[in-house]
Amino acid sequence: MGLKAISRDGQPVQTSFLRSMWAVVWKDTTAEFRSRELLSAMLVFSLLVVLIFNFALELNARERQEVTAGVIWVTIAFAGTLGLNRSMAVEKDGNCLDGLLLAPVDRAAIYFGKVISNLLFMLIVMVIILPIYSILYNQNLFVPGLLGTIVLGIIGYVVSGTLLASMSVQTRTRDVLLPILHLPVALPVVIAAVRASAYFLQGQPMDLIWPSINLLIGYNVIFTAAAYMLFDFVVQE
Amino acid sequence: MIRVNKLVKRFGLKTILRGLDIQVEPGEFVGLLGPNGAGKTTFLRILSSLARPNLGSVEVAGYQLPQQAAQVRSRLGVLSHQPLLYPNLSGEENLTFFGRLYNVANLGSRIAEVFELVGLAGRERDLVRTYSRGMQQRLAIGRATLHNPDVLLLDEPYTGLDQDASEMLDDVLKKVTREGRTVVMTSHDLARAQDLCSRFDVLSRGKIVATTSRDGLARDGLLAFYRAAISQPAEATHGA
Repeated sequence: MGLKAISRDGQPVQTSFLRSMWAVVWKDTTAEFRSRELLSAMLVFSLLVVLIFNFALELNARERQEVTAGVIWVTIAFAGTLGLNRSMAVEKDGNCLDGLLLAPVDRAAIYFGKVISNLLFMLIVMVIILPIYSILYNQNLFVPGLLGTIVLGIIGYVVSGTLLASMSVQTRTRDVLLPILHLPVALPVVIAAVRASAYFLQGQPMDLIWPSINLLIGYNVIFTAAAYMLFDFVVQE
Repeated sequence: MIRVNKLVKRFGLKTILRGLDIQVEPGEFVGLLGPNGAGKTTFLRILSSLARPNLGSVEVAGYQLPQQAAQVRSRLGVLSHQPLLYPNLSGEENLTFFGRLYNVANLGSRIAEVFELVGLAGRERDLVRTYSRGMQQRLAIGRATLHNPDVLLLDEPYTGLDQDASEMLDDVLKKVTREGRTVVMTSHDLARAQDLCSRFDVLSRGKIVATTSRDGLARDGLLAFYRAAISQPAEATHGA
């Protein structure tokens, strides 16, 4: 994996990593922007979570600030699981995953293509949800540090989730298996992201925030490297 | 073109292929016949590098599996009873996607050529989910041959097709195989196999138990040969 295969006539037989990765991103985004199956499901679910918390918790200004990070990350975690499941189910439904795996490409390129598409879909949902949250809870969420934390956290969530979704999608219980597998694995991301988000909203000093940010960066690096090495084995029969 | 020696494949405690040996020469069209559960699909999945063998050696187009899987994949086209196409993309977008993955040169003109070949010219921009089952299967042949593979693996390509769609698929397959490709096709449809294939191998209980060429078939044809082969799986019989 990762090495460029050369045929007997000296020509590379493996399509370049970037070209194959962007082909997967193009395919996923074209299909999704046409059907909007995944985006609409994630968006409706996220809206419901935000609305339910808004009506269920009658909070004053200080309490709102305290629960905001939790509500945002509950929304991201559950909507993300929904999206990750659907994103791999699309590949499995018509056995399209076999079509992908038959191509002479580095399989890690397929994985990173799926990661970029999933990341894009989650960020689109967040771009719509955060202003709505801001209005409903009368809370300014446009704090650069908070937005950076959300992006870092979503990267971690998607990197590990895409790998686990490609495992769970091959089982009969794929709909229930992914959350069971993924939530414990993503716990460090969720905890660190909730903590960093809350600190940013409370205007705490960076000394207090850095450990959580470092944990998020470390998690992302470790899971990206692990997924790069493991994806081929995960999808191999 | 394909050389397989003493191939063994196990799933847990269950052994599916038990020392399978087969050789396919360039340009041959081999019909791989056998009852359900004989291991035909498993064998094709190993040839296409989707599954790894437990024991034995597999060589496709001069490359070893699983070590040289990327080289094998670039020379292989696979068609199964599922079209392996994305329903929310148009026919053209599907072929563009696979063409990019296979690094096909002059992709636009090659796609036009393939749509002409499979008789779908004019339907390029329609979503695949609006295609009939037969049209999807014809587009799947286009997907499998887009990169001009040396070897075609066909796994029950007629499953779920009505009579008209099957006849259209026959025509497309004949066109595609006229170009001198090596083809291995599994099928339960003996009449179709007899019409298309130049050689027949019977796989039963994880081994090739009989093989014959089209010329070597007796007067009573493929059905009699097949029945005789699966009724005595322990010893191989060779018709020609």
